[in-house]
Amino acid sequence: MTKIDSKIPQGPLAEKWTNYKAHQKLVNPANKRRLDVIVVGTGLAGASAAASLAEMGFNVLNFCIQDSPRRAHSIAAQGGINAAKNYQNDGDSVYRLFYDTIKGGDYRAREANVYRLAEVSNSIIDQCVAQGVPFAREYGGLLDNRSFGGAQVSRTFYARGQTGQQLLLGAYSALSRQIGLGKVKMYTRHEMLDVVVVDGRARGIIARNLITGKIERFSAHAVVVGTGGYANTFFLSTNAMASNGSAAWQCYKKGAYFSNPCMCQIHPTCIPVHGEFQSKLTLMSESLRNDGRIWVPKKKEDAEAIRAGKLKPTQIKEEDRDYYLERRYPAFGNLVPRDVASRAAKERCDAGFGVGNTGLAVYLDFADAINRLGKNVVEQRYGNLFQMYEKIVNDNPYETPMMIFPALHYTMGGLWVDYELMTSVPGLFAIGEANFSDHGANRLGASALMQGLADGYFVLPYTIQNYLADQIQVPRFSTDLPEFKEAEKHINDRINRLMGIKGKRSVDSIHKELGHIMWDFVGMGRDEAGLKSAIEKLRALKKEFWSNVRIPGAAGDLNVELEKALRLADFIELGELIAHDALDREESCGGHFRIEHQTEEGEALRHDDKFAYVSCWQYQGEDKDPVMLKEQLDYEFIVRQQRNYKN
Amino acid sequence: MDKNINITLKVWRQKGPREKGAFETYKLTDVSQGSSFLEMLDILNEQLINDGKEPVVFDHDCREGICGMCSLYINGHPHGPDTSVTTCQLHMRRFNDGDTITIEPWRSAGFPVIRDLMVDRTAYDKIIQAGGFVSVNTGGIPDANAIPIPKKDADLAMDAAACIGCGACAAACKNGSAMLFVSAKVSQLALLPQGKVEAARRAKAMVAKMDELGFGNCTNTRACEMECPKDISVSNIARLNREFIWAKLKD
Repeated sequence: MTKIDSKIPQGPLAEKWTNYKAHQKLVNPANKRRLDVIVVGTGLAGASAAASLAEMGFNVLNFCIQDSPRRAHSIAAQGGINAAKNYQNDGDSVYRLFYDTIKGGDYRAREANVYRLAEVSNSIIDQCVAQGVPFAREYGGLLDNRSFGGAQVSRTFYARGQTGQQLLLGAYSALSRQIGLGKVKMYTRHEMLDVVVVDGRARGIIARNLITGKIERFSAHAVVVGTGGYANTFFLSTNAMASNGSAAWQCYKKGAYFSNPCMCQIHPTCIPVHGEFQSKLTLMSESLRNDGRIWVPKKKEDAEAIRAGKLKPTQIKEEDRDYYLERRYPAFGNLVPRDVASRAAKERCDAGFGVGNTGLAVYLDFADAINRLGKNVVEQRYGNLFQMYEKIVNDNPYETPMMIFPALHYTMGGLWVDYELMTSVPGLFAIGEANFSDHGANRLGASALMQGLADGYFVLPYTIQNYLADQIQVPRFSTDLPEFKEAEKHINDRINRLMGIKGKRSVDSIHKELGHIMWDFVGMGRDEAGLKSAIEKLRALKKEFWSNVRIPGAAGDLNVELEKALRLADFIELGELIAHDALDREESCGGHFRIEHQTEEGEALRHDDKFAYVSCWQYQGEDKDPVMLKEQLDYEFIVRQQRNYKN
Repeated sequence: MDKNINITLKVWRQKGPREKGAFETYKLTDVSQGSSFLEMLDILNEQLINDGKEPVVFDHDCREGICGMCSLYINGHPHGPDTSVTTCQLHMRRFNDGDTITIEPWRSAGFPVIRDLMVDRTAYDKIIQAGGFVSVNTGGIPDANAIPIPKKDADLAMDAAACIGCGACAAACKNGSAMLFVSAKVSQLALLPQGKVEAARRAKAMVAKMDELGFGNCTNTRACEMECPKDISVSNIARLNREFIWAKLKD
């Protein structure tokens, strides 16, 4: 069996990264000019990597599907970014951030990767401030912090409720500077459709120009994929409409392992679903749990009266409210990690205590906070979120509690990468949410921004040199090579096949059906029978898609329906891999909850003796079952424990 | 309470940048007022696809008011009749049963139409590339708390930095001016010590690029501020003018 080599450096945990950097190979400035790197994606990871690589002297080709690199979905992150600065003097340290992240991930992440992440977290804050990111500050002029789920210290830096936006605009400004200087060639409205492998190494991509519909070829010495996660497999998620898993999926089909696909994060505080026409779900930042208290009625008859519209939440007396997170988890209360909070909400709703007209919602109440701090302070902290909520739901959260329910938000799984962020295909790298590496089975709040920027600013620019140092003699590639021709032909065949179906159903109608299958059988609670039936249903849906989808317009033209169809074809296959992975993992950990494996109190029950591994799925060909390899996670430095947020 | 309404849409259809466009009329029945404006357009497109017609092309992505991708001119207003929201945050409860709704693309010399309601806004990226940044490379920077910044300045910088680059300001302006967009970035960076070093060069470079790309001049009508989904204030334009004059005086 193939041995999985994660290339973790030897030595004590705290010295691994320093040692790696001290001994890795570098590329000298004259040679950097001769090397080209393709970076796909312009989110936090992609933009920061493209800018940093260009600053160092490499020639960068950068791609995004939006009309501008500033619009990548990182922009929508609200709450904040973690760093181990210990500016609040509350006992934080690199080790504590590392430990919280490993524990938050339910001990399914690599120790060395997570430690490195915690180590570089401080540099990220320095970098962003130097770029002019307007983080929140105290009256003394120093940076402010707040606390986030899964932590007992205040280590989260924020820019109102728009932290992702400000960090992305910082990276975008650095990227823009390099575009202006000619070191980055930017291709907007271009979608990567395949990675080209020549003699076993990634050497380029095939992309579709979304305006002209033309298929274009690009070559480089290395390819970096920073294309985000695949939460839209579930149709309804907090991801942007165009967020997709296709770039990663093409890498998988070209030999890159796909790891832990079943680890999908369901975020506890989203605005509940309200109708069949709904196109996406809106997140309400986790930071709201700092001051908001989550509850449902204690009495079933009250919940029923609320659902029938006969009772208002403000009419329920204090003693008749069940603040179930504070009740179940006294030590962390409303600040338990996302997976725990989501499952607890589902548990209450399943038991008949849910509110809203569907019964699939719980309250997030700010009455106490407004009494304690005053409306002004609450408005300063969360004003933009309250406004967003009011515009969508038509309720004023200053006067009546918000209604929230869990929704798909982030995917911890992704392309397998080694310590150098290289996939199992030499020369193909994956960064940010697109890789699997740092969050284990569950990501803590304010850690995605940290990981995206860590990969892009401070990790990949180093590690990629260790690969490129061997490539300095390799001349630029011609895109006339047979491998490019073949990849382009493969894509054209696929597009022609799609256009030729001329069936009866729109892409969205099939995507919605996919979403229902995923949410019902591969969602918050999974079991063997459900997962098996999901795989059957997904195979049937794949047939339905390939025989009955209708795409108007022409292939060689701007064609939004074709773009969506190409992504959906991959989502359906991805959905099946998620189900396979969930079926294999007969334990509950983090975002993956198998109903058969829970404690008497209904908490997730891990089986470290059998499942302390990263699943690495290997593509075997069209309609063949994938094969799974395992990367054992041997913990050298910390001891795995049952996660406890109770005391 | 939200109810279902029947509406008539007049939608601008245009095949390409050089082709002539025209309004097409569509009727939609039983649209929930709880749906967003873009979900209403999804319903229209589903209907068009089922009828064997080409769907309406429009830009959209995050659908939570932050990416700046959506860009519709609705009943004569960028982002529609509601205030402080983008098109994707506009909900159908702002409309009544029997209403006729007119939907157009941004109309501005700086933003040519690509198709239907989709326009080309790369001009805004080019303005940022001309100087909308602090020239720092990755690494080699001081500790984040090395330079204290008064909270007031940080808050003002954040107000300006909230711009999402959607283009509503230029689309609303009778002169097709991009001053609100440019001034927001110039202000954000001029207010912070990190950005002060290059403030003069930045103001000159960004204004020169804006002029070169065909955006008009500011005549203080304040339409941009009225229509801005993020409430960016025209006081930023005053600050840009001060920065610009100061930079020119130093030449």
